[in-house]
Amino acid sequence: MWALKPHERERWQDNGRADPAPSRLAYRLNRLWLTPLVRSATRVGLPALVLALATGLYLKDDGRRAHLASGFEHLKRDLQERPEFMVTLMRIDGASEAVAAGIRAMLPVELPASSFRIDLETFRATIAQIDAVASVDLRIRPGGVLQVDVTERQAAILWRTAAGRLEMLDAQGHRVATLTARDARPDLAVIAGEGAEDHVQDALVLIAHARPLAPRLRGLILVGERRWDLVLDRDQRIMLPETDPIAALNHVIELDRAEDLLSRDVAVIDMRNDYRPTIRLSEAAIASLRGQTVDKTKVNGQ
Amino acid sequence: MTDLYQSQRAMRNMRQAAMQRGVIAILDVGTSKIACLVLKFDGPEPEREDGLGSLAGQSQFRVIGAATTRSRGVRFGEIHTMQETERAIRTAVQAAQKMAQVRVDHVIACFSGAHPRSYGLAGEVQLAEGQVSENDVARVLAACDVPDYGQGREVLHAHPVNFAVDHRTGFGDPRGHVGNRLAVDMHLLTVDTPAVQNLLYCIKRCDLEMAGLASSAYVSGLASLVEDEQELGAACIDMGGGATGVSIFIKKHMIFAESARLGGDHVTSDIAKGLQVPVPVAERIKTIHGGVHATGMDDREMIEIGGDSGDWEKDRRKISRTELIGIMRPRIEEILEEVRAILDVAGFDHLPSQQIVLTGGASQIPGLDGLAARILGHNVRLGRPLRVQGLPQAATGAAFSSSVGLCLFAAHPQDEWWDFEIPAERYPARSLRRAVRWFKDNW
Repeated sequence: MWALKPHERERWQDNGRADPAPSRLAYRLNRLWLTPLVRSATRVGLPALVLALATGLYLKDDGRRAHLASGFEHLKRDLQERPEFMVTLMRIDGASEAVAAGIRAMLPVELPASSFRIDLETFRATIAQIDAVASVDLRIRPGGVLQVDVTERQAAILWRTAAGRLEMLDAQGHRVATLTARDARPDLAVIAGEGAEDHVQDALVLIAHARPLAPRLRGLILVGERRWDLVLDRDQRIMLPETDPIAALNHVIELDRAEDLLSRDVAVIDMRNDYRPTIRLSEAAIASLRGQTVDKTKVNGQ
Repeated sequence: MTDLYQSQRAMRNMRQAAMQRGVIAILDVGTSKIACLVLKFDGPEPEREDGLGSLAGQSQFRVIGAATTRSRGVRFGEIHTMQETERAIRTAVQAAQKMAQVRVDHVIACFSGAHPRSYGLAGEVQLAEGQVSENDVARVLAACDVPDYGQGREVLHAHPVNFAVDHRTGFGDPRGHVGNRLAVDMHLLTVDTPAVQNLLYCIKRCDLEMAGLASSAYVSGLASLVEDEQELGAACIDMGGGATGVSIFIKKHMIFAESARLGGDHVTSDIAKGLQVPVPVAERIKTIHGGVHATGMDDREMIEIGGDSGDWEKDRRKISRTELIGIMRPRIEEILEEVRAILDVAGFDHLPSQQIVLTGGASQIPGLDGLAARILGHNVRLGRPLRVQGLPQAATGAAFSSSVGLCLFAAHPQDEWWDFEIPAERYPARSLRRAVRWFKDNW
C-alpha cells in the first residue's frame, strides 16, 4: 500500500474506484490463513486426508484389492524370473559322492529356479547338519551357478557303540558316518565302552604312543568313563591307570621290548597301580605253568 | 481512577503477552495516513556492563511488515467516521500482515488529537523504614493529589518524572536511598474519553487486542529527538495532517504535551480554495511545488494547475510559485504562531535548552526551518526519526516519526504509574487481596 504518490491518489478519487479496504470477511479469512496452524493444516493435513480417503475408498472393494495384490505378485515374479536371476545348476566341490548326493536331495527347490527363491542361509544350515560335513560355503556365482564348497570331516577313529554298530568319528569326537564293516577301514583303531565317544582325543594320543604295539592293537575300551584298557589280539589286555596312562603304556612297551612280555601267554597286564604292575596269566598258561612246574620239580627233584 | 488503572495494566499485560509471542503491530492513526508496522522481537540481546548496546539498544526488534494507507474518516487526529476508519485500519493491517507473512493479534496505537492536556502532580510520603523500597514508590505515586481534570477525560500517560528523597532531588530511581521523606513529581496527560473509546472500538472491530496507547506528540518526540536533546531539554513539534502536536522533553521525560488542531491538511484546503482546484490536486501541487520563501526565481516558475472541467481557459490555468507560496505561508505562520502560544503557555522559555525539533509530514515543506526559526526561536532543526532495523526506505521520512516512536515505545516503555503495584491501602477495605498484600508486604 505504498500508493501514496499524488497522481495515484488522484486516480482513486477521480475514477471513483472502490475503496481498497478488504471486507470484514476477507480480512478475517486473511488473518485465519496467516495463522500457522490453519496454514499447515490446509497445506499438509488436508491433502493427506484427501489422499488417505481416496485410497481407502478405492481399496474398500475386495476385488480391487485382490487384483492389486495379484498384479503386484505377477510383477514380482516377472522380475525374479528374469534370466539374470535364474540359477540353473548346482556345483558341489569337496564332497564325496554320497555326501554330494545327499546335498542335492536337500535342495528345497527344483532347478532352474530364481535366486530369490533360494534361501542360502537356511540351505547352508541344512547342509551343515549333515554329520560328514565340517563346514560349507554357499554362493551364487555369475552365470546362474549355485556353488557349494564343502569341507568334509576326516574320520580319525572307529567307535563301537553299545548296540554293536561301528561309527566313524573325527578327531573332535564328532560322528562322521556309520561303517557297515570293520574291514572297510582297517587303518583306524576302534574304541568302545560307555562314554568313549567323548574321549576320542585321549584315545588318539594313546594310540599314537602305542605305535610299537600297532600291529597287534585291536582297540581301546573305556572303563567306567575314566580309564582305558588297551586290547591286543590273542585277548591280551593292558589296563592303564586313570592318571598318566602314557607313562604306564611306555612302561609296558619298555617291558615288552626288554622282556618280550606281550608275546608271552599273558592275559592281562594291570598297570593301574604304578608301584605294583601286575600280570595275570591266561588259563592255559596257568595250567601249563603248573604242569611244567610239577614236571620240573619232578625232574629236578628226582 | 482505579478503572483506568486496571485498563492500563491490562494493556501492559497484553504487551507482555505480545512480547512473548514476539510479534506486535504498531498503528499510527493519523489524519492523512494510517501507518501499520509489524515488529518482530528476537528477545533481548545480552546485557552489557555499561548498559549500551548495538543500534542504541534497538537491535532487539526489527520491522518485518510495513504499510500505509490513505486515512479516511479521521479529522484533527480524532476518529470522525467510525466505519471508514475501521476499513482504513483493516487495509493497513492486512497489507502489513501480508508483507510480514504473519498474523498479528496485538496492536499499540497512537493518535494526535483528542485535546491532550498536561498536569504536573506532586506527592510526598514519609518513609517508614528509613530506606526507599518499591512499595514506597508505589505509595508516593498513589499519594499524588490528582487534579480535577473534568468529566469525559481520561489519563493517557502518567510518568513519574522526578523523585526527591529529603532534600536531594533529581533521582530517576530512588529505590534503596536512605531518608525520611520521599517526594515525586509526576506528569499526567489526559485526553478526551470519547476519542479513545472510538479508537478502541475500531481496533476491536478489527479483531485486534490493544497492547498500549500513546499520544503521538509523545512518541514522535521519542523518535526524533536525539538523546542529549531529550536529556537537556527540547520541544518536538510534530506537524501532522490534521493536528500539530507539541511535546517538551527534559531529563528523558516528557514534561508537557499539547496539540494544536491545525495541520498540513489546512494548507491543502487553502490551496484548493484559493486556486479552485480539487483537494487531491492541491495536495499534489503542495508536495511538489510548495514552499514558504518566495524569491525572484519563483515569479518565473509557472505551475500548471490543470483541471478537467472541459473549459479550455480553466484547464490551462497557470500560477507562479510565488502565488502558491503566498497562499501557503500565512497558514503555516498561523500553525507556528499557535505552536508558539502553546510553548509560551508551557513555559518553554524557562527551560535551559531552547532546542526545537520539527518533524511530521508537514515539516517537509522547503524552507520551513527558516520560517520556524523566526517565529519559534533560533534553535530549530528538522528532525527525522531514528533508524530502526528493517524499516523500509519509504517509511524513514519525517512523516513516520510517530510510527517509529511507537516502535521504541513498544520496545522500551517508560515507567508509568500503573507499572507499580497498587499499595494495599488503595484496595477496598474488605478485599481478600488486601489481606494477601498485607502479608506480602510484611513478611
